[in-house]
Amino acid sequence: MSDLFQFNGAKGTGWSQPDPMIKNAYDTIPSSLRRSNLPRWPRASEPELVRHYTWLSQRNFGIDTGFYPLGSCTMKHNPRLNERIVQLPGIDRIHPLQPDHQIQGLLSIYYEMQEMLEVCSGMDQVTLQPVAGAQGEFTAIRCIQEYHRSRGQENRNKVIVPDSAHGTNPASAAMCGYDIVEIPSASNGCLDLDALRAAVGDDTAAMMITNPSTLGIFEPEIAEAAEIVHNAGGQMYYDGANFNAILGKTDPGRMGFDAVHYNLHKTFSQPHGGGGPGSGPIGVKSHLADFLPAPIADRESIDGDGVTGDGYRYFWRDPSRTIGKVQQWHGNAGAVVRAWAFYRRYGYELERMSEHAVLNANYLRHRIMNPDSDTLNSIPVMPKDGAPAEIVKHEFTLNMTPLKETIGVTGKDVAKRLLDYGYMAPTLYFPQIVPECLMFEPTETESKDVLDKFAEDFLKILTEDPEIVKTAPHDTKVRRVDEVLAARSLVLRHPLNDE
Amino acid sequence: MSQVPSNLKYTAEHEWVRIEGNDAVIGITDFAQDALTDVVWVELPETGVSVSEMEACGSVESVKSVSEIYAPIAGEITEVNESLEDSPEQINEDPYGNGWIWRMTVSDASQLDDLMDAVAYSAQLGE
Repeated sequence: MSDLFQFNGAKGTGWSQPDPMIKNAYDTIPSSLRRSNLPRWPRASEPELVRHYTWLSQRNFGIDTGFYPLGSCTMKHNPRLNERIVQLPGIDRIHPLQPDHQIQGLLSIYYEMQEMLEVCSGMDQVTLQPVAGAQGEFTAIRCIQEYHRSRGQENRNKVIVPDSAHGTNPASAAMCGYDIVEIPSASNGCLDLDALRAAVGDDTAAMMITNPSTLGIFEPEIAEAAEIVHNAGGQMYYDGANFNAILGKTDPGRMGFDAVHYNLHKTFSQPHGGGGPGSGPIGVKSHLADFLPAPIADRESIDGDGVTGDGYRYFWRDPSRTIGKVQQWHGNAGAVVRAWAFYRRYGYELERMSEHAVLNANYLRHRIMNPDSDTLNSIPVMPKDGAPAEIVKHEFTLNMTPLKETIGVTGKDVAKRLLDYGYMAPTLYFPQIVPECLMFEPTETESKDVLDKFAEDFLKILTEDPEIVKTAPHDTKVRRVDEVLAARSLVLRHPLNDE
Repeated sequence: MSQVPSNLKYTAEHEWVRIEGNDAVIGITDFAQDALTDVVWVELPETGVSVSEMEACGSVESVKSVSEIYAPIAGEITEVNESLEDSPEQINEDPYGNGWIWRMTVSDASQLDDLMDAVAYSAQLGE
């Protein structure tokens, strides 16, 4: 284990602090607030530091090292062109406090990205400020809350979510002070309109839903659901986590939604995982636009002065009844620019991206669930489909209960065994409406060969000695961790000052 | 096959209710603890609080997921199993015994009739 704080070179190695600019600055701090010991900061030389981080990176697994079918997370290849664009000096050498006239380039990218997201989602106004999908959810629900208040409808205090929702949906609504009403799915895993009709009322503020659902199924009755919620006076919120399946084919505006978030890091590529860095812009219909966080990028026509070249002057504008800021500065600018580069590179071909994402998911599902007869005969027990759908969208679920019941192998055991074969495990135990769930999302960037090999390896695991699977992983740098101990005995800080 | 003791009442949310005099004791079923896997944290309700039927009163967190626990009936929480704070694994080891979660009064005895008996709950589990 390499620990940065174990480096303890000569004093002054690795870091130094300049003398304070104000004479006797130290004396101005009350003695009760001064620390008695110097902090034990690591003293690593540059090569030691480089080796430390290289060592860490070599123990990591990412989309650049192997297939990463983590459902709902859209771990696609990140085109390197994005990196070249984001490192242009006019983009990565600027400061958020620079005046508008000095950052016309970045502002024009922001404006164009807002417009492009409006087009692909059927919304009227986009803000790029939220830096994660969940923050986008919070922002949109806050805008909806202010909208209801502006109409004197403070009584609307409930947000409806289906039981297949991402956990962030109820969490975001609860953060805004709403009560959550969870409605059960129908037996086919889709929305139950009767349950929805029974749940809506004068107190309905909004419904939050992702489409395609977390089961990877397109909701066939989404327009009716929107009508039910709208007739009750509620707003429809679209969780854009699964946008990768429908981009260019249909859009949330057409389905009847009033607000939507996009995960730029998923749908439009940006290296992510382990919590970031992300970008979760939201788009809204015009009746919600005045409440968006400030500022958003705007432009006005100017006579060709040859300064910006496109005949517009770009500037930051605060919406008239803004909820305020949800993030310092202008969101995750690097992620916005990478996503813009991706969108501009593919343009209308993004429709083919969705087609390939859906094709890959259906192909992999078919390969796993329909092995040739020799393979099938060697497998003691097969998993079940997570949902009874003939065709899925960009992801699919498997129910591993038959294995658990007959040979004692759980979904988690199979997931851990996949690590030995050099894959990232699929999403485990989500959505919760599928027991012993494994959720696969291959994304559009994987070739048929990769999917064939993965299906072959997955089926091979099903033929293995259950003991090998139950004690996996065997070949990784860290074996199976004690999750119970880790959860019960949390260590949340480095024991730096305990020594 | 999970255990479904015949002397208890059950909810569709996989909770059990044991009537003791005028009180009801609440916990989660053997099926629920098995589906959750290792429980690592239990959020207990506060004593002295009145709750309505199907109100979320706490949660059980395992390495797999977090599940809310609902009040099967209306009443006042009179006692909580504080030993679960240090030893949440009792829910896995003894879901119908040491793994009990809270004790409450019964404000409307007719609500008990809405709960399932062991036969009906077993049928829901498909066992």
